[in-house]
Amino acid sequence: MLGDAKREAHMVSPRNLTLPLSAEDVSLLKAGDIVLLNGPLVTGRDKVHKYLVEKRPPKTEIPFDLAGTVLYHCGPIMRKTDDGYAVVAAGPTTSIRVEMYEAEVIRQYGLRGVMGKGGMGEKTLRAMQESGCVYFHTVGGAAAYLADRITRAVGVWKLEEFGTTEAMWLFEVASFPAVVTMDAHGNSMHKEIEALSLEKFNELISK
Amino acid sequence: MLKLRDGVVELYRKVATSLPPDVEEAVKAACAEEAAGSTAASTLSVIAENIRRARDTFRPLCQDTGVPVFYVKVPIGLSHTELRNTILEATREATQKVPLRPNAVDVITEKNSGDNTGEGFPIIYFEETLAATLTIDLMLKGAGSENAGQLYKLPLSEIGAQRDLEGVRRCVLDAVQKAQGRGCPPYIVGVGIGATKDQVTRLAKEQLMRKLRDGSKIEELAELERQLLVDINSLGIGPMGLGGRTTALGVKIGVNHRHPASYFVDVSIGCWAMRRGRLIW
Repeated sequence: MLGDAKREAHMVSPRNLTLPLSAEDVSLLKAGDIVLLNGPLVTGRDKVHKYLVEKRPPKTEIPFDLAGTVLYHCGPIMRKTDDGYAVVAAGPTTSIRVEMYEAEVIRQYGLRGVMGKGGMGEKTLRAMQESGCVYFHTVGGAAAYLADRITRAVGVWKLEEFGTTEAMWLFEVASFPAVVTMDAHGNSMHKEIEALSLEKFNELISK
Repeated sequence: MLKLRDGVVELYRKVATSLPPDVEEAVKAACAEEAAGSTAASTLSVIAENIRRARDTFRPLCQDTGVPVFYVKVPIGLSHTELRNTILEATREATQKVPLRPNAVDVITEKNSGDNTGEGFPIIYFEETLAATLTIDLMLKGAGSENAGQLYKLPLSEIGAQRDLEGVRRCVLDAVQKAQGRGCPPYIVGVGIGATKDQVTRLAKEQLMRKLRDGSKIEELAELERQLLVDINSLGIGPMGLGGRTTALGVKIGVNHRHPASYFVDVSIGCWAMRRGRLIW
């Protein structure tokens, strides 16, 4: 475990961001920045992405304004309550599965952030650079920890059709921790780490 | 088999909401190994905190409660069909009670069954045992890590992998290098070697049930397990793929005899949330 001093250093360094984000907010973010997200964001994973790209629903069909928002790759565990739904567990899912759709979703709906785990590819990185959008990486598997940073499930779209896992949820988050790993200037930590590990791999198999 | 059903529901709860002590200890030890103030160290401290919170509040530690995989050792005379029905009933109940995320999706209709049961879901492997007790092992296998696994048919010239243990080493390194952070490292890596595709994939996954301290009984394989752990951790992929010293917590290799013409190697990737547990009845 981290000592108190280190824990404190970790607590102090993150930068607070208020959602939705502006083009300027996004342009100031750099790969490697540690942030805390505050405000409304939406979830969406495999089915939402496929639907948005194949059916191209007009913005009026979607009950939430996606412009400037963060789209969180997450299929949460929800519990039905008397007056709605409570979030039980809500960590990120693997983002690369929606690589074929994300660039178009960013351009079409004006997202300023995409959040998940594992990072995304070249096509998304280019769309982020063109449209002003960043990738927030959050800790995979930390579903209880992250659910505690979601203050409320505000609304849901496509619940009947897609089910609780695949529906688009509107969550209100507070101090939701993430690292910017792909910025709007063409930098990707994932690309860098992959290149370094490939170099090391080639070394290891040439022994 | 009402009581057994309750036992399996509790097994689900335990496995979904708490990590085995050896994995939790390994996560904590890895945290101390990473550079102070690094992304790797803070990632591991979030993971450690998540493990604690999930256990204390009886919540699933990962929202992907995975594909349930059962390994059941059945004493002579107990009906497999009855046991299967009991496990299915317990699965439906656990989905409501724990709760688990409903993960069983019909491939044709795309409908989620809503209760984690369906065609071949959960996965249940039965084996007869001479022992008097029924042993039910459960793994909740997350899909992020499952998707990161790879099957290899040797020889494979792209990575210079011949039909020998050095070839196996290259396959494992290739699989981890390609997985990067997508399957939630630090990983536990299961490897299966043998004659046919179906056999090695099952064997590789079964290795993930071994405790981290459990080295192979075959000296050559125990040595390869140790070497691979060092090699993988030199790749620099790190916790969640954001760089660092800890890319894997363990490597476990199992072997079957192979056919003279076949040499299959399967690499099954387990995420840090390696949820496994046992019920003895």
